[in-house]
Amino acid sequence: MFGGIDPALLIASLMVASVPILLAATGELVVEKAGVLNLGVEGMMIMGAVCGFITAVVTGSPALGFLGGAAGGAGLSLLFALLTQVMQANQVASGLALTLFGLGLSSLLGQGYVGIKPPHTGAVPFGPLADIPFFGRVIFGHDPLVYLSVLAVAAVWIFLRNARGGLILRAVGESHEAAHALGYKVRRIRVLAILFGGAMAGLGGAYISLVRVPQWTDGITAGAGWIALAIVVFASWRPWRVLLGAWLFGGITVLQLNLQAAGSGIPVEYLSMSPYLITILVLVIMSSGRGRAALNAPASLGQNFHAAR
Amino acid sequence: MTAAETGAGDLLRIEGVTKAYPGVVANSDVSFAIAEGEVHALLGENGAGKSTLVKMIYGLVKPDAGRMIWRGAPFAPSQPSAARASGIAMVFQHFSLFEALNVAENVALGMETPPPMRELAARIRAVSEEYGLPLDPSRMVGDLSAGERQRVEIIRCLLQSPKLLIMDEPTSVLTPQEVEILFQTLRQLRSEGTSILYISHKLEEIRTLCDRATVLRRGKVVGACIPRDSTAREMAEMMVGATLTPPERRATEKGEVALGVSDLSVASPIPFGTSLKAISFTVARGEVLGIAGVAGNGQDELLLALNGELRVAPDRVRIHGKPVGDLGPTDRRRAGLVSAPEERLGHAAAPNMTLTENALLSGAVRQGLTARGFIDWRGTEAFAEKIIESFDVRTPGTHVAARALSGGNLQKFVVGRELLQSPEVIVINQPTWGVDAAAAAAIRQAILDCAAGGAAVVVISQDLDELLEIADSFAALNEGRLTKPRPVQGLTIDEIGLMMGGAHGMEVAHHAG
Repeated sequence: MFGGIDPALLIASLMVASVPILLAATGELVVEKAGVLNLGVEGMMIMGAVCGFITAVVTGSPALGFLGGAAGGAGLSLLFALLTQVMQANQVASGLALTLFGLGLSSLLGQGYVGIKPPHTGAVPFGPLADIPFFGRVIFGHDPLVYLSVLAVAAVWIFLRNARGGLILRAVGESHEAAHALGYKVRRIRVLAILFGGAMAGLGGAYISLVRVPQWTDGITAGAGWIALAIVVFASWRPWRVLLGAWLFGGITVLQLNLQAAGSGIPVEYLSMSPYLITILVLVIMSSGRGRAALNAPASLGQNFHAAR
Repeated sequence: MTAAETGAGDLLRIEGVTKAYPGVVANSDVSFAIAEGEVHALLGENGAGKSTLVKMIYGLVKPDAGRMIWRGAPFAPSQPSAARASGIAMVFQHFSLFEALNVAENVALGMETPPPMRELAARIRAVSEEYGLPLDPSRMVGDLSAGERQRVEIIRCLLQSPKLLIMDEPTSVLTPQEVEILFQTLRQLRSEGTSILYISHKLEEIRTLCDRATVLRRGKVVGACIPRDSTAREMAEMMVGATLTPPERRATEKGEVALGVSDLSVASPIPFGTSLKAISFTVARGEVLGIAGVAGNGQDELLLALNGELRVAPDRVRIHGKPVGDLGPTDRRRAGLVSAPEERLGHAAAPNMTLTENALLSGAVRQGLTARGFIDWRGTEAFAEKIIESFDVRTPGTHVAARALSGGNLQKFVVGRELLQSPEVIVINQPTWGVDAAAAAAIRQAILDCAAGGAAVVVISQDLDELLEIADSFAALNEGRLTKPRPVQGLTIDEIGLMMGGAHGMEVAHHAG
């Protein structure tokens, strides 16, 4: 690792590094496609991180830990759904409050768990496949969540594109008035989308505390939720672009860590900010100048729905 | 109505249906019946309760009292899918379409169990050919014209082979040619045994299309008639509940010139708009200048240049001889010019603000509703109430958001707001667009009264009948150029056609009716 950087290792580790934001961004994509802007991704992720960590430590099972993380994120998102869909509160304000609340609550819940090591999440046993040179290390040496995150992108893509439910979800996000006039349950669909987004963010958070770091400290998500939000917008609400954005972010994160370790001449501060900066820049360039990129934005995004006459 | 009471041959019977909202009784003890294979008209002014009634039939709204009988059995749809399952389809007044989705996806959303997309596209093509409504299933709805969008809605309904098709003011956004195509489709449907409930306040349309009509006024059934055997005037009077008088024009002396425009040329600020080219005219006190033209020939730009949203060289626009071309809207209001643009929501009124706040937005200067940077809410409220009262705006109160008013009511409010500011110059674009007969007559009368009171008026309209009715002089806008204004008296339809640049073919024919 010192000096030259091994490409196989780089690709393998960028896939791992991008899992949390990929999961969270995929969930948020579905939420926003339903016309809801949930800015509480960071809060839901860190709730997932702490709930997943506690569950894994208590039960000793990483699988249950991930489930607990998803439940933690979904639980917090239920609060958001209650505020915005039932009590008609402003989505932007509620989302920001959700993040602050999640950060505080996770810190409280995690007090007794600082410095503990969670149970190890093993790689999927692919047997001889893992011994293939280069590809074995790049593709077949990961834990289940890496594959799950890519599968989730594909599933969301197919769901939105081809499934009846996906069409209804997009319709609700496009014009809740028209969807209501046709008899679709706008609020119910939005609550379900919010729960899915919460579960995905929680799963992403749990991946940070159980695999990436792996331990519990306050503020462990370190802004990953905000990057996930930005990726959704700059990816023009397209699932495969979300994957690209997440991998780009993960890749530069890994690269800059390697550069830091290699003792390059660039100051550490610049290296640390580079993943955020470059990811945003690339996605801005990709989503600008087309005109039609904006058309993919859900037209009712962030607007609350009141059933009028 | 005896056949209706026994229920023989009735597809849908409404019995004593009542629905109240806070502040408004939308429907009160409404009863009528729709027979198999008839086109039944539901007539009424804006706010008479037509839309609420059909929403109950379609399952969007639950009645407070009364019942409905569908093919002999009690019928209470809890949601639109239940109504659709029974064979009721609806084309909405404001289209229930999704702009970012394509035609086939939009159609699929209105069906209970849509077939796979490819098969659906084929069926859309087949139905659209069968009924003469050409439509490409793969096109984005956002790119379609108003007429094509309506086709999407109609085809969505037709694919479910409905027994009853409800159409809520289907022609309000269509060109005369599109209306003709629509009527052919509806006649074909009737001949196939589909009943149609047709809601409109366009009386001539109802006379040509409908078999029977039920008239609603303020939520109550006030009469029924056979449209073919009634005159448009009789039906209008039933709707309004009063004798209609055509606007009365008092002979007014022309005073000195109040508004002068000379050699006004300005590039359009609107994308794909029309630039104004060397426009000159004068309007005297007490004069009404009517400006005709097909939409998109510079009407919007002319309004912007006159009301100050678009600034020009000072001496291009003069009010009482004073150059005002470089002044903005507020300063022009101060100088005596008020204006009402065509687009009600978003231009004439702020949709989410209350009527009181909207009254303040344009009335602040001339009504003195602000002092030292503070708002005189009591005065503003009184001003809003005065508008509501003088122009018969149907609303629960001044606290209601502008967007909650129906189009006609809001139009009365925004026109009334300007006319009540004792203006010296009035500029109005499409004063009665989407407004029912009685309200339109009231608005026209108010404009004439202002002129009689000494105001100079510019009315921009696409409705030739309206211009001939109220204008003293007449000019036409054609690709950004204005013809020389001529007195209306003695002007023939052929001459008007020539002024409008005949080739563009504005529907001079439709007003023969």
